[in-house]
Amino acid sequence: MTAPLLEVTDLSVEFPLRRQRLQALDRISFTLQAGEVLGFVGESGAGKSLTGAAIMGLLEPPGHITGGSIRLNGRHIEKDASTARGREVGMIFQDPLTSLNPLRTVGDQLVETIQLHLGLSGEAAAARAVELLDEVGIDRSRINAYPHEFSGGMRQRIVIALALAPEPKLIIADEPTTALDVSIQAQVLALLRRLCKERGAAVILITHDMGVIAETTDRVAVLYAGRLVETGRTGEVIAAPRHPYTRGLMASTPNLDAVSVDTVLPQIPGSMPSLAALPTGCRFHPRCRDARPVCQGEAPDFENGVACHLYADAGRRAG
Amino acid sequence: MTGAPYVSVADLSRHFDISEPLLARLISGQKRRVLTAVDKVSFTIDKGQTYALVGESGSGKSTIARMIVGLETPDSGRIGIDGKTVFDEAGGQTQDAGLRQKLQMVFQSPYSSLNPRWRVGDILLEPIRAFRLIDDHDLQQARVRELLEQVGMSAQDATRYPHEFSGGQRQRISIARALASNPQFIVCDEPTSALDVSVQAQVLNLLKQLQRDLQLTYLFISHDMAVVRVMAHRIGVLKDGRLVEENAADELIDSPQDPYTRMLMDSTPRFAGGARRQDGSAPTFSSADGI
Repeated sequence: MTAPLLEVTDLSVEFPLRRQRLQALDRISFTLQAGEVLGFVGESGAGKSLTGAAIMGLLEPPGHITGGSIRLNGRHIEKDASTARGREVGMIFQDPLTSLNPLRTVGDQLVETIQLHLGLSGEAAAARAVELLDEVGIDRSRINAYPHEFSGGMRQRIVIALALAPEPKLIIADEPTTALDVSIQAQVLALLRRLCKERGAAVILITHDMGVIAETTDRVAVLYAGRLVETGRTGEVIAAPRHPYTRGLMASTPNLDAVSVDTVLPQIPGSMPSLAALPTGCRFHPRCRDARPVCQGEAPDFENGVACHLYADAGRRAG
Repeated sequence: MTGAPYVSVADLSRHFDISEPLLARLISGQKRRVLTAVDKVSFTIDKGQTYALVGESGSGKSTIARMIVGLETPDSGRIGIDGKTVFDEAGGQTQDAGLRQKLQMVFQSPYSSLNPRWRVGDILLEPIRAFRLIDDHDLQQARVRELLEQVGMSAQDATRYPHEFSGGQRQRISIARALASNPQFIVCDEPTSALDVSVQAQVLNLLKQLQRDLQLTYLFISHDMAVVRVMAHRIGVLKDGRLVEENAADELIDSPQDPYTRMLMDSTPRFAGGARRQDGSAPTFSSADGI
């Protein structure tokens, strides 16, 4: 095992408000190897986008990192991520229309990014921009078109080209296909995965969709209310989810192969707690079918890839 | 099945004029341009059943839903509900309140479809007052309590405002409002696409349970094949305003005939599909990405 590309240890994020401090992320730890695709999955409010924003140094004030470290290639970036942003870490957001400048052609935007980060001359940068369009499957003749002239799927391909332009080592993709149709989603995810594998770039894919996780990622991290509840190889977690939340999340996702009109979907009662009123102990215990008295009193440690009192005695799978 | 279908839609069409303004057309010499959003769509729904229209953005599925409830006027075709004509080309749209009362809609976003300045109780009372169903104040309040309990909420929630509830709870309120006029037919336009999966399961189960308890007929609009599979007795697949395939749900899923249906099914993320997609291949359909 070589040294990891990204090493996040005990990352905590808080939002201090007048009355109380909201703990949005609680001691998140994970590592990422070059060329690996890691998925963050969870429902709204789980903290998955916040984890990405913390790594990028894009936390909205008053939110700030209160503890832990983020190391990219061994270098600490938790104090100031702006040196790594763009050049070493690229970001892809959910809505491609708001992440592109509507008043400039896609060629202009690509050339600007390439010149800023790679320091190429105008001509070399223009040639590189054309290559990038080829790679994401957009006809090079459209380099002088404006973002509104493209469909949603094509816009997201352009955003991918922009993120890849500085040849970053890590791409953080925050719900990159949520705004797209399913047929386009499959193409965009396959493209993102292929390009990153070819270049040896690692990807953090943030999504709420367990199916997307299953089809795209190598490893998965499941978040609930700001805490990591389960991590592991994607295939193993999908085949045998251990944390009751992971199990519930998978069971409640309608599966085209297994349901019919007579199916009653297994549901998780209740909804994600607000950060202002987090339950004591394990944050999932009020919604958990397997909750025991201990779950209410103390938070489970994250051991062997799962944070659950059910597995406190014997961990079976290494995370 | 006995008798006529509960809902029948025949040759329904809707065009939108997407031309440039007149002056711009005169200067540049362009002709009028017309977008055919819905093109001769026909289907029927039996009483107590769910018919799902599935398709991607721009397929015309929401336009059909809006035409059936009367929010949009068709250009041609015929819509019949419960043996009565709601729309035909000669007679136009009916304003028959008795029929309108039997017909309700649940919208996609529970954040924009509830008036933020009204208490939940008033939101639920609006259809009751509009159709003059109950006059007595105490009976009205009792009906509000009953509706809230029917969708799994508590009677005290009537005095609260929509912003005090989560997305899933708001969608329950939307469903309760749709139930308030004692409808027989509810059009659900992507009712769970704004919700988290664990909450989506709750709302889908609630809709199915209400269908059993109240013998409701649903038109269910969705882009998600897996959700449609859970909800529908019959499925129609829409592409560019046209029904490309229509069949009983089991048969359509087990042996899809149209390549577009197959592509939609292949694109739906599955737990078991990991190995297939991870080699970098993706199902494609020639015109799926547009221009």
